[in-house]
Amino acid sequence: MPQKSLQDRLAILADAAKYDASCASSGAGNRNALKDKGIGSTEGMGICHAYAPDGRCISLLKILLTNACIYDCAYCINRVSSNVERAAFTPAEVADLTMAFYRRNYIEGLFLSSGIIRTSDYTMELMLEAVRLLRTEHRFSGYVHLKTIPECSPELMSEAGRLADRLSINVELPTRAGLKQLAPEKDETTIRTAMGHVRSRIEDAKDARRDRTLRRAKPPRFAPGGQSTQMIVGADAASDAEILTTSATLYAGYGLRRVYYSAFSPIPAPSAVLPLKAPPLKREHRLYQADWLHRFYGFEMPEIEAATTGGMLDLDIDPKLAWALRNRHVFPVDVNKADREMLLRIPGIGTTAVKAILKTRRHRSLRLDDLSKMTRALKRALPFLVAADWRPTQMLDAAGLEASLRPPKQMELFDAP
Amino acid sequence: MMPVTYAVTLAHDADFTGWRSAARRLDANHVQPGCVQWRCEGDPQPDFLLPAARPYQELPTGNAARTVPGAFVSLAQKLICHSADDRFTLAYRLFRRLREEPQLLSDAGDDDMHRAHLMAKAVSRDAHKMKAFVRFREVTPDQGADDRPHFVAWFEPDHHIVDATAPFFMRRFAGQSWSILTPERCAHWDGETLSFTPGVPRSQAPDGDPAEDLWRTYFASTFNPARLMVKAMTAEMPKKYWKNLPEAQLIDPLIADAQKRHQAMQDTAPRAPARSTRVRRDHEAGSRAADAPIRSLDDLAAAGRSCTRCPLHCGATQAVPGAGPGDAPLMLVGEQPGDHEDIAGKPFVGPAGDVLNDVLRETGILRDRAFVTNAVKHFKFELRGRRRLHRSPDAGEVAHCQWWLAKELELVRPRVVVALGVTAARALTGQTVTLNAMRGAVHDMADGTQLVVTNHPSALLRQRNAEAARQLRGNMLADLTTARRCLEAAG
Ligand code: SF4
Repeated sequence: MPQKSLQDRLAILADAAKYDASCASSGAGNRNALKDKGIGSTEGMGICHAYAPDGRCISLLKILLTNACIYDCAYCINRVSSNVERAAFTPAEVADLTMAFYRRNYIEGLFLSSGIIRTSDYTMELMLEAVRLLRTEHRFSGYVHLKTIPECSPELMSEAGRLADRLSINVELPTRAGLKQLAPEKDETTIRTAMGHVRSRIEDAKDARRDRTLRRAKPPRFAPGGQSTQMIVGADAASDAEILTTSATLYAGYGLRRVYYSAFSPIPAPSAVLPLKAPPLKREHRLYQADWLHRFYGFEMPEIEAATTGGMLDLDIDPKLAWALRNRHVFPVDVNKADREMLLRIPGIGTTAVKAILKTRRHRSLRLDDLSKMTRALKRALPFLVAADWRPTQMLDAAGLEASLRPPKQMELFDAP
Repeated sequence: MMPVTYAVTLAHDADFTGWRSAARRLDANHVQPGCVQWRCEGDPQPDFLLPAARPYQELPTGNAARTVPGAFVSLAQKLICHSADDRFTLAYRLFRRLREEPQLLSDAGDDDMHRAHLMAKAVSRDAHKMKAFVRFREVTPDQGADDRPHFVAWFEPDHHIVDATAPFFMRRFAGQSWSILTPERCAHWDGETLSFTPGVPRSQAPDGDPAEDLWRTYFASTFNPARLMVKAMTAEMPKKYWKNLPEAQLIDPLIADAQKRHQAMQDTAPRAPARSTRVRRDHEAGSRAADAPIRSLDDLAAAGRSCTRCPLHCGATQAVPGAGPGDAPLMLVGEQPGDHEDIAGKPFVGPAGDVLNDVLRETGILRDRAFVTNAVKHFKFELRGRRRLHRSPDAGEVAHCQWWLAKELELVRPRVVVALGVTAARALTGQTVTLNAMRGAVHDMADGTQLVVTNHPSALLRQRNAEAARQLRGNMLADLTTARRCLEAAG
């Protein structure tokens, strides 16, 4: 069989990688190419270099080394029983392609993943070789995210941590039962143990770098951009509350930077064990919002769960508003007196607005005119707050409040082409 | 009498240094913001000159040194890059107001500050988009030039950001030489120095690059037609940028095709998992292995991995089996693995393990010669924000897990067992005992093993009162010494 062209293989291996939702390229610290006259930098915030018509940012060259795989995970386009066309890159091709794109400022770096061929270690070796080439031959200092294979040996995992900025290991499904049913060859304990291993290596490296009492050489880095994971939403029966509880457990247990939620999306070669209908993309969006409340707004998962219906987040309104509507007794919150925690609970008031409120009220008491300069969602916030010249009158009790805050039913997330 | 008006001419549109030295001198002479006329070199002369506008250089230098908070400097630096004509005036007004109103910078409700923040944000966004959407094209260097690859890009910023943003490209693309051309100002890097030249027309920029075909292939393939969200795309990548993005020509055709492709996917008949039989077979073999007779500690640990007797397996990383020699005369039983043990898969490796090692050393017991385990094998915790807080297992969980502890006792056959804490004592005796009742004596278990009960080492860690902690440590020392004596007596 004649070898497919580079372009044809890129089409196949980018298509195969697009179901991984992660695109972040931040948190790798400060690094640039000035000293060694190489190519590449990371400066805190990552950059999205393009957006696809699905609204997703394109930040990294996200590809698979190969889409051949010995596993048979039902939700995955690359599973052994799928009839997609197969292809593979050599490690050198991956490195060259990354450099060609990076030099032209198309990307922040590489996100490399792979189907499992032969053995986990064999596959990991090939992936590591691609990154080794980038780092040494091409003197590449840009961002590298490696999707590691949980079953690989600890030595390979360590090398992955030295070469890459971020490691990720996908838990795939929110519950053990779901994993057993849809990905029978994967083992949750192995996945979690690998995540635990990565967590302790990251912590050790941080401690070692902090604790440099003796002027020794800089201890090696280990995945300075941390680790992340992905869960598929809607392929099994797990509720939003179950999904979020799993996330909270993963954040706390493995110090994850991010949990990505990927609404199971129809694939060109579906498996018979999957539900026929994909979940609404809105569900994924609400999960991200709830996750955000947990990480930055001080919401504990049980609080969020209490604002769901039967474990499912409201698709029409965001989870913070849903929580407020069910906890009207704590409102209205006085923006001139309340502490930070309570300010963060006001719908329509975000972390930036809270910072501005706290800063400004040191000097004078806040009026609505001030607030209008701090948030763009003041209208949504009004029923829930008190300011120097504003007090909601009975609005919180009005039966119409909820209805007035719900968007009209026909609102659609999709815009028709 | 009309106040005198001063004219300042800055070197270029984003000349922060020029603005700063003029602002300092004007301020030292108490010139009001309304009495300064700012313009940049190359701007058309204003149609009319304000009456009596005099070059500001005529003012005495005065005592021009004045310190301002760093936050103001970074705000002003951005503000100056904005395209609004009154940016220099606004920055100068803020500078003046700061004299009387030191709290101004932290007043997010002030009109001037609000506008300055919005303008600074617009500048940051523009710079960010420049970092994102500049597309370099490779060009053949001129004859005689070095053979370093040379790249040229064309970009059209909204604000005067080329000077401020060029260093980013220098740090990132140090190893190649490049130029970014814009209608207003161009930046160049030759591998050694960063330089700026006046703007050029679009026609001076190169037109294509063979790598763009590959890039378009990638752009098209990474798009998922089942998730069309055009608004989300244009919010971040507004149409005004499209004409300079090689991939953008694909956007309309991709959108037009998406519906059809999505439908085709939904119409594809699903396929049964091809290897379902093999998988099932493997699985059955696996569960048979789990039922296989347990003859060694390794068998036991392997079987324990997949234990689901109680719900604790759901949240934990892994079951943590006991560790130590299979013929150890002494077995130490704790409560359950903690955060560190859960990750490491080994008992007593965290802070409580350090306390235990300490006390063992002092008692003269070698930890390597003891078998160390827990009453419950999975970590039980409660989530508090991003932390996992230890929670004691309940009677049901202890009872379920007792099965594993019994197997360990059976395989190791220690002569003396030390229960560290009340949970272990309950698991070992099967009774609701208390520490106080059990401590200080040697108990005989049904199988002839001797049992000594003491505190859990983490009780010392939790104790805030130093005296009480000393006492607990004393208890542990005494109890472990008792255990050592029992071992010696048993020979
Ligand atoms: S705690 Fe014990 S009984 Fe419960 S699942 Fe874990 S090993 Fe099994």
